[in-house]
Amino acid sequence: MYTQALDSLEADLLPGEESTAALEQRFQAKVDAEERIEPKDWMPDAYRQTLIRQISQHAHSEIVGMLPESNWITRAPSLRRKAVLMAKVQDEGGHGLYLYSAAETLGVSRDELLEQLLSGAAKYSSIFNYPTPTWADIGAIGWLVDGAAIMNQIPICRCSYGPYARAMVRICKEESFHQRQGFEIMMTLAHGTAEQRRMAQDALNRWWWPSIMMFGPSDADSKHTTQSMRWKIKRFSNDELRQKFVDSIVPQAQFLKLAVPDPDLHLDAASGHYRTGAIDWNEFNQVLKGNGPCNRERLAARRRAHEDGRWVREAAMAHEAKERSR
Amino acid sequence: MTAHSQWPLYEVFIRARSGLEHKHVGSIHAADDRMAIEHARDTYTRRQEGVSIWVVRSSQITASDPAEAGALFEPAKDKVYRHPTFYEIPDEVKNL
Repeated sequence: MYTQALDSLEADLLPGEESTAALEQRFQAKVDAEERIEPKDWMPDAYRQTLIRQISQHAHSEIVGMLPESNWITRAPSLRRKAVLMAKVQDEGGHGLYLYSAAETLGVSRDELLEQLLSGAAKYSSIFNYPTPTWADIGAIGWLVDGAAIMNQIPICRCSYGPYARAMVRICKEESFHQRQGFEIMMTLAHGTAEQRRMAQDALNRWWWPSIMMFGPSDADSKHTTQSMRWKIKRFSNDELRQKFVDSIVPQAQFLKLAVPDPDLHLDAASGHYRTGAIDWNEFNQVLKGNGPCNRERLAARRRAHEDGRWVREAAMAHEAKERSR
Repeated sequence: MTAHSQWPLYEVFIRARSGLEHKHVGSIHAADDRMAIEHARDTYTRRQEGVSIWVVRSSQITASDPAEAGALFEPAKDKVYRHPTFYEIPDEVKNL
């Protein structure tokens, strides 16, 4: 109902009515008062574009995120683990759909969004460009990657844009099982044989730094933060969220008796926070540019799935047209 | 997939359990009404969120214009006498 209703936006801008400056002022006052912006409300174009970019990147991440995990569905070590993993991967698909719908309320079509993903024009979370060579990776992804995602997403439940906030409430509710099942896998491995412990440690070694980097560049280098915070799209800075994540994960790693792969990690007694060593942003930027271990493989898999499904989409439309003509 | 072949957009309404009203939960794309129900079920009821689904083509919904919100809804603002608390009744009067 939202996309077609956008046609009426122009009505707000008729000459003789409010100037853009006045509209912007009223918009910001609404945001400041913690009121939600809904699809048909007037909004600055930059706000709309920022949201389209952010929500669609988020949707793409959910969809691409299905790939590294679905890789393990047929090889999950028990029927229970297989059922859980299928439910989780299905959830990620659902999350992608909630988010695409939220983005579409801003006047962009699903086709355009998919096209941006498949052409490589749109970004998705770099974390999914790392491989999942062992079963322990499924544990580490749930525990660390979903853990970081939850940390990022909970504040977005209060985002100023209504449809995004509502999608996020639903997603956060579903994500908490994802993190718990991941921790459970890690716990089982950590309490298992020496070889299983080694697997768990190896997975933590590989996923720790990429997870830390999921929060994005440090505040000093984050170009969108100030404006996004003013618009209440974002509530906490990247570094604040990263700190919260580190503070919650380090004790969990200690519980598992696994070593966080950072020789400089220490508890800062004065502040009560765990401080990490320096982050290798060069690696982050390389993966972002498309040079991560799996960038090409992930996009190729998405393109193939899209092409392989083409006949189904077309047949469904042909069937609908035939039914309608009867 | 060209823009012309895009599956139309549907709005989804779910009744959480009998006795409650259907509530808007989001939207999905589907080729036809039946597929819309199936997609709504897969997308919005993976955790027993509902016992009944309504879907309607988004293009079939007529919505009020936010620019007219004042004209539509503000007249109710000064009609406080429509609420029971408007009337002062002594405490000793019971069952009112």
